[in-house]
Amino acid sequence: MRAPGGVLLDVRDVHTHYGSLHVLKGVSYEIREGEIVSLLGGNASGKSTTMKTVLGLVRPTEGTVSFRGQPIHALRTSEIVKRGIAPVPEGRRVFPRMTILENLEMGRYTRRAEPGWADELERVFGLFPLLKERRSQLAGTLSGGEQQMLAIGRALMTQPTLLCMDEPSMGLAPKLVEQVFDIIRAINEQGTTIFVIEQNVNMALSIADRGYVLQMGEVVLAGSAQELLENPLIQKAYLGGA
Amino acid sequence: MSTLDVLVQQVVNGLALGMMYALLALGFTMVYGIIELINFSHFSVFMTGTFVGLVVLELMGVTAVSKSLTGFALVSTLVVLFLATMTTTGLLGVLIERICLRSLRHVAGTAPMITTIGVAFILINAMLLIWGPQAQRFPQLLPNWRWAVGAAEITFKQVVLFVVGLVLMLALSHLVQRTTLGKAMRATAQDADAARMMGIDVDRVVVLTFFLGSALAGAGSLFFGLYYGFTGYYIGYTTGLRAFTSAVLGGIGSIPGAVLGGIFIGLTQSLGGQLLGVKWTDVIIFSLLIVVMVFRPNGLLGARIPQRA
Repeated sequence: MRAPGGVLLDVRDVHTHYGSLHVLKGVSYEIREGEIVSLLGGNASGKSTTMKTVLGLVRPTEGTVSFRGQPIHALRTSEIVKRGIAPVPEGRRVFPRMTILENLEMGRYTRRAEPGWADELERVFGLFPLLKERRSQLAGTLSGGEQQMLAIGRALMTQPTLLCMDEPSMGLAPKLVEQVFDIIRAINEQGTTIFVIEQNVNMALSIADRGYVLQMGEVVLAGSAQELLENPLIQKAYLGGA
Repeated sequence: MSTLDVLVQQVVNGLALGMMYALLALGFTMVYGIIELINFSHFSVFMTGTFVGLVVLELMGVTAVSKSLTGFALVSTLVVLFLATMTTTGLLGVLIERICLRSLRHVAGTAPMITTIGVAFILINAMLLIWGPQAQRFPQLLPNWRWAVGAAEITFKQVVLFVVGLVLMLALSHLVQRTTLGKAMRATAQDADAARMMGIDVDRVVVLTFFLGSALAGAGSLFFGLYYGFTGYYIGYTTGLRAFTSAVLGGIGSIPGAVLGGIFIGLTQSLGGQLLGVKWTDVIIFSLLIVVMVFRPNGLLGARIPQRA
């Protein structure tokens, strides 16, 4: 395991409500520079809400979210993205009637006035040669796996410090899932910290440094990937082991 | 006149009218594309625009009894007239969005749509109170030049309206297709949540959409005034409904669809009026709408690109 850097994202005692529904009940976790951290949990455990609070799409009713030591939980999403957090949303959410190139341009929207578009484009095309080949094709005509590549490429256009991925393996064939996780590892090796929400626990822990397990809006387990893999609760609940 | 000449004549008439419907239909379709709202106040913004045009012209010293202009005076008057009217109606659209619609953005059901009908009535009654119930003459600043094409004739007025309409549509197309802001508009229309995650300020995009749509309606108002030579508080309804039909025919949410639908309605109106009589115009238009809706429920150009998950 690499030596982790300083704390990048610090989430302290976050509560959220959807109307009268109490979704997150005091969630705390941290992500250090250079890490891959997995957030695991079943349906309705509050995983996606957790990510939305980081991105400013859901406001915590209590608690704080800090990025590089600065509180960000009251900022607009555009401001949070500008500071270096980029999302790969659940279900990919590429813009279907826009070309690949236009999708990538939207990924860089918050930095549209800054130079460096060509370099970032080349970097993303280097990672995903397929996107370069088909850059004028409408995103809606791509296959699920290709759309996932585009969604990741789009997020990388801002050169984020922290990449937040919500279920990148969802709906993909096993071979593609492996490919996506290889890419996640490669992006991490180039220096991007990664926060990944997954249902595919085995896969997620195979690339992660650490993980958190969320249940009913609370963190019930935390530890290194190895510890979690060996934990009997995880084995039983997610890996089908004894 | 031979049948062919009559046909050519009515096509020429229909194209100029079609431009007006298209300009108005664009506002419906753009707002629907972004926030899925049928904005009935658009009818009244269009109607109000004709009065804004009257005021702008009066400020420039052009009244209903003025003679038509030529040369530089004509070009400069037209440029100022279009810019001032379009800016004013654009701002009116923004005002309507900010005051009446933004707070209802997340209200499900028909409340926002009903609100737009309410706004339409407010504008209609405001114009009625200010200008009275009688029709107002709209200054005819375009000279009455005409050219013969076979036995048909093209008027200068028609040429000007057609060219101005074309220029505005090309400008809009450039903005939406090529500029970053236009791309942000399309991204928001396709997936507002994802657009928000990219850091696109969706509220700003909505304001921009209302501004553009209402500004184009303002241009449409001037087309109406210049073409028909009058205006009144009641003109928004018929024209607005036909423009709305254009947007639906073309496929609501589709920008090229709105233009195509507008021209289609313009041609239907002039050709249908010629062949069956003017009193049948709306019967023909709405019958065609029903036929298209039965066989192509998404309109002529609506949702043709497959959207794989």
